[in-house]
Amino acid sequence: MSETNTMFASPRPEFEHKVTAPVGLGDVAKPLSFAEKLGANPAFRRGVILVVLALTWELYARWLASPLTFPTFLETLQALLDGIASGIIPQRLAVTLETLVVGYAIGLTIAALFTTAAVTTRIGTDLLSTFTAMFNPLPAIALLPLALLWFGLGRPSLIFVIVHSVLWAVALNMHSGFLSVSETLRMAGRTFGLRGMSFVFKILVPAAFPAILAGLKIGWAFAWRTLIAAELVFGVSSGQGGLGWFIFENRNTLDTASVFAGLLTVMAVGLVVEGVIFRSLEAHTIRRWGMQSA
Amino acid sequence: MNHAQSANKAAAARLETALMSVDGVTLQYKTPNHLVTATYRVSLDIHKTDRLVLLGPSGCGKSTLLKAIAGFLTPVEGTITVKGKPVTGPGPDRMMVFQEFDQLLPWKTVNANVMFPMLVNGVPHEEARARASDAITMVNLAKFADAYPHMLSGGMKQRVAIARAMAMKPDVLLMDEPYAALDALTRRKMQDELLQLWQDVRFTLVFVTHSIEEAIVVGSRIVVLSPHPGQVRAELNSGFAQNDRGGPAFQQLTTRISHMLFDDEATSQATEPAR
Ligand SMILES: Nc1ncnc2c1ncn2[C@@H]1O[C@H](COP(=O)(O)OP(=O)(O)OP(=O)(O)O)[C@@H](O)[C@H]1O
Ligand SMILES: [Mg+2]
Repeated sequence: MSETNTMFASPRPEFEHKVTAPVGLGDVAKPLSFAEKLGANPAFRRGVILVVLALTWELYARWLASPLTFPTFLETLQALLDGIASGIIPQRLAVTLETLVVGYAIGLTIAALFTTAAVTTRIGTDLLSTFTAMFNPLPAIALLPLALLWFGLGRPSLIFVIVHSVLWAVALNMHSGFLSVSETLRMAGRTFGLRGMSFVFKILVPAAFPAILAGLKIGWAFAWRTLIAAELVFGVSSGQGGLGWFIFENRNTLDTASVFAGLLTVMAVGLVVEGVIFRSLEAHTIRRWGMQSA
Repeated sequence: MNHAQSANKAAAARLETALMSVDGVTLQYKTPNHLVTATYRVSLDIHKTDRLVLLGPSGCGKSTLLKAIAGFLTPVEGTITVKGKPVTGPGPDRMMVFQEFDQLLPWKTVNANVMFPMLVNGVPHEEARARASDAITMVNLAKFADAYPHMLSGGMKQRVAIARAMAMKPDVLLMDEPYAALDALTRRKMQDELLQLWQDVRFTLVFVTHSIEEAIVVGSRIVVLSPHPGQVRAELNSGFAQNDRGGPAFQQLTTRISHMLFDDEATSQATEPAR
């Protein structure tokens, strides 16, 4: 038909451009206003939510006017400050954290041994998968009565329960992390002459670190919740009560504001460990290595 | 008796000159449903300072053969020996540059990646640092020495892997299509650098490629493998200077090899349905 879309149409013009050096291209930006900067800051936005929450709490509690069942925010804050000033809350927290660290460390060690056995021998693999299948669904707290029977009223029972709560979650994650390390990376490690333990620690562990870290986080979460619950159930022995016991004790004396203060402390520790410790661990390891997107 | 004696003598003579020898090697993969034969009775000798190229079409078992030389696979038939001793496993005397991109340790910087195998093998820290920085400069990545692998492009990662292997100064350097991911210009530069380096250091190289041109440029000796399962189709001498590329003799060798590869391809395709 028309000549314009045949091969003989006048050809489109050709271009050749001089490429300029990209100087100053990065400067095309304007500073944000103060309000925009604040709005972009997640800490600020979350802080606003907390303030609103505290305000609602205060108003509702005042309206309810029943300090025995629901103390006001300010009363709770006062109880918290008193508890800290008198040294009771820090002391109870220290007891809890000490138990936790011991239990967590033992759990991790056993998990590491178990996983090493599982990646090096077939019987180890079978044992690990059978045991995790059996024990992982069992809430650790359900073992507390048994632990009390075996170890008596005291720290060893708590540690037993924590170890149980940490061990299986961490072992499962570590193992699947090791299995997912790429064949090329393994071969590279072996051409360097790495064998046995040094292969595990210099290649497998860092390569599986995202999964290991996920395991550590899950293990921590289980351990922390389990421990507070266990302390609530059987409380104290020889003056060695932890945070759970602090909460229980104050409920018995109907000091509800202190019960709330204890709960706030439990939350605060959880937030610090998850939001600060694990977060910075992630930022310095897997995110920096590009093994996890930010 | 007589026959055995002369065979022994021949083997002994070969040991004297060959750094590494692959003798009647058949390699197989066992999958749940199949037994895949990757190479069939491959024999070749690698002499000191050889630049031996394994050339063949995709899937003919080049990577498999290289992995067997590195010690990752055990032949079902035949033997592989280095300096007269059978290969029993991988080791730092045979550094390998893999075809895959994920061979760098993501948790180490470029510099640390290059230093790592040296440190593992007891090279003093200062010396390792110096050798690493030389090797990184050689592959033109000095600016990225402190970057992590995830910040590099695929080709840059391969160059780091090459630097890492080179810095180790292994007896034999095994490279599996190291330049396949590079653009033509960089590839050519890397080939030149490899040859230059060989001029300086005279290492022994086993190099896998499926590019005929690359085989001729890089290799001093070319082993042409037949399509799957790989068998030795020919062993040829090459030895062109960089600027011979495209000359008449170069063209002639290219044509000769491509006839070998493509005629075989045609005949195997023609005979396959008949079986
Ligand atoms: N892990 C494996 N399991 C089973 N079969 C395999 C495995 N790896 C390779 N093969 C088979 O062995 C044969 C040779 O594979 P190989 O990777 O050595 O080829 P190649 O010559 O390196 O090819 P390319 O040039 O594409 O890299 C192929 O037929 C492939 O299907
Ligand atoms: Mg290959």
